[in-house]
Amino acid sequence: MASPARWNHVWVGAETGILKGVNLQKKQATNYTASGALRRDEGVCAMCWGDPLESEILVGCLDRSVKLFSTEKGKFTESRLCPGGEGPFRGLAVQDGSLITCVESGLLKVWREDSSEAAELQVGPGVCRMRQNPARPQCVGTGGKENALKVWDLQQPQEPIFRAKNVRHDWLNLRVPVWDRDLQFLPGSEKIITCTGHHQVRVYDPSSPQRRPVLEVTYGEHPLTALSLAPGANSVVVGSARGDVAVIDLRQGRLLKCLKGFAGAVRGVQCHPTRPLVASCGLDRFLRLHGLDDKRLQHKVYLKSQLNCLLLTSREAWEDEDPDPAKAEEVKEEEDELWAAMETVRTHPAPKRAADPGAGAVKKQKRARVGP
Amino acid sequence: MAGRGEQGTRLCGAALGPAEDHGAAPERVLFPPAFSVSEIKNKQRRHFMFLRWKQQQRKEKLANKKKRKKEREALGDQAPPKPVPKTIENQRVYDETTVDPNDEEVAFDEATDEFAPYFNRQTVPKILITTSDRPRGRTVRFCEQLSSVVPNSHVYYRRGLALKKIIPQCIARNFTDLIVVNEDRKIPNGLVLSHLPDGPTAHFKMSSVRLRKEIKRKGKEPTEHMPEVILNNFTTRLGHSVGRMLASLFPHDPQFIGRQVATFHNQRDYIFFRFHRYIFKSEKKVGIQELGPRFTLKLRSIQKGTFDSKFGEYEWIHKHREMDTSRRKFHL
Repeated sequence: MASPARWNHVWVGAETGILKGVNLQKKQATNYTASGALRRDEGVCAMCWGDPLESEILVGCLDRSVKLFSTEKGKFTESRLCPGGEGPFRGLAVQDGSLITCVESGLLKVWREDSSEAAELQVGPGVCRMRQNPARPQCVGTGGKENALKVWDLQQPQEPIFRAKNVRHDWLNLRVPVWDRDLQFLPGSEKIITCTGHHQVRVYDPSSPQRRPVLEVTYGEHPLTALSLAPGANSVVVGSARGDVAVIDLRQGRLLKCLKGFAGAVRGVQCHPTRPLVASCGLDRFLRLHGLDDKRLQHKVYLKSQLNCLLLTSREAWEDEDPDPAKAEEVKEEEDELWAAMETVRTHPAPKRAADPGAGAVKKQKRARVGP
Repeated sequence: MAGRGEQGTRLCGAALGPAEDHGAAPERVLFPPAFSVSEIKNKQRRHFMFLRWKQQQRKEKLANKKKRKKEREALGDQAPPKPVPKTIENQRVYDETTVDPNDEEVAFDEATDEFAPYFNRQTVPKILITTSDRPRGRTVRFCEQLSSVVPNSHVYYRRGLALKKIIPQCIARNFTDLIVVNEDRKIPNGLVLSHLPDGPTAHFKMSSVRLRKEIKRKGKEPTEHMPEVILNNFTTRLGHSVGRMLASLFPHDPQFIGRQVATFHNQRDYIFFRFHRYIFKSEKKVGIQELGPRFTLKLRSIQKGTFDSKFGEYEWIHKHREMDTSRRKFHL
């Protein structure tokens, strides 16, 4: 029943159409797309969790198919085609059984589970990102190039419930261009945070009468491509097209810290909801995990393809939970091999630890003999 | 000195502490009285003694060397192979992106990248060479000579045009690559190499440019034949991308009758370009003649897509402060 895939900590979608699962505890990266069936026009462009338990992953491909990957079974179980509009998927979401897709040309569709008919909604051209409000799943936010932030209630799709207004003209009295690259809803309030291609981070507050941003911070000189809220929602992690990743405080609008080690553009950033951890991936083909407290690079995994998006598990327990022996007996014969493989890997550290004090003693003896 | 000995014994007593639990009974061992030049208090004397010590060291070293040489000669053919000297290349920090030729995923990635049409022989390279605005003497001549090296290349005067305006026109005229030579104070110092129609764009620092005129013992002017291309030492994933980019400047099927070779040799992340004519003098001997120009490139960045310095996404960018942490770490 359960495959080792469920213990993976990070799921990464590559431009070559590969879904990769990375287990940081075991330092293993697995491809879940058969290497013979690779096609570049099936490149992953959006990913989201299929259910709150994180047992399913929805993978949106360039060829407009949305595949359902089951982490329990460790393989793709379903695939459906979601045509309409132009350009790649810019956002995927799930709302009580129905699938929400948004493509670059601005066509947002809600696909009910049973019928192939879909409710349509035009959110404006040049969409760069569509995201769902985790607190109110029927709410989605969209933003893009010359397409300012809009928040839609899917139950009343005629008008957006919030439509951002562009900031005032600049000091030369010229219009400031709009280019929202990524957005996220702040939990616990109605605020929305966006990052733009013109290196600004903005906070909008739909509950206030002001439609312009209530806070604007600039960071660096390169387009900001991805953002993610740090645990506690007091700060946000943004990544840029040059590979600069920074943590920005949302209360004062200050730069808190920069994360180092990136060689190329960042395409996906995600923070762990409770632990101080941030995972990021991008064009330099590396998945990196930084600690948010000490800015230290904790893991760096080379994944061979350019990576487009990632999902970090929100599981609290980082270590693999031991499979119950009773459960192990239920496992089918085919998977026995898998289990056997897993056990050998798991038992590796144990003898090491057991042997460690002995090894230490040997060392000490040696030193004693050599020292004088 | 006595103090030192005492300290030593105390230290080793501490180290022995746990060992005693294991049953080994250690003996108290005193260090032999050691002499150190730095303990001499008189500066003049210290200096003198240091010189003597240094001299003695050198003598010993030379004597050792002589001895080893003698031993080798005595052994003759049975002498053990000479140890390989340590260089920063062979002590290179392991790079996990080093390409394994059997890796299916990388093979697939390379088979479908932007250079795939060239390597599948669907496109023929056609190259536009231009410079930064208002080039002066050396850069102009360098461009001319570069275009004699790269077949099917056209040198155009920049006329103050923006690269972003040039690129769509190049694509419309079926150019496959764009080379822009940048100059600073009459010295060519940068090279932008952009693959068309959809990237990537590499930015190199260029140094040590020597034109044909400045090369000693050069051969006669190169001929119109398609040269062979040698790409040396591009091992990592990034190196592969750069190598493919440079390879795609030259047409397939070199004309061996021209006996001309263009070499891109990567060593310590510097790419050395040389252009030679060779001749087989006998079955064993080969003669080469440099034709020029020669220059050295160092990769600054690779951008996805065509040239866009403001909004482009970098595949790789060299960040001095973060990446140059070890002299033994190389990226190509």
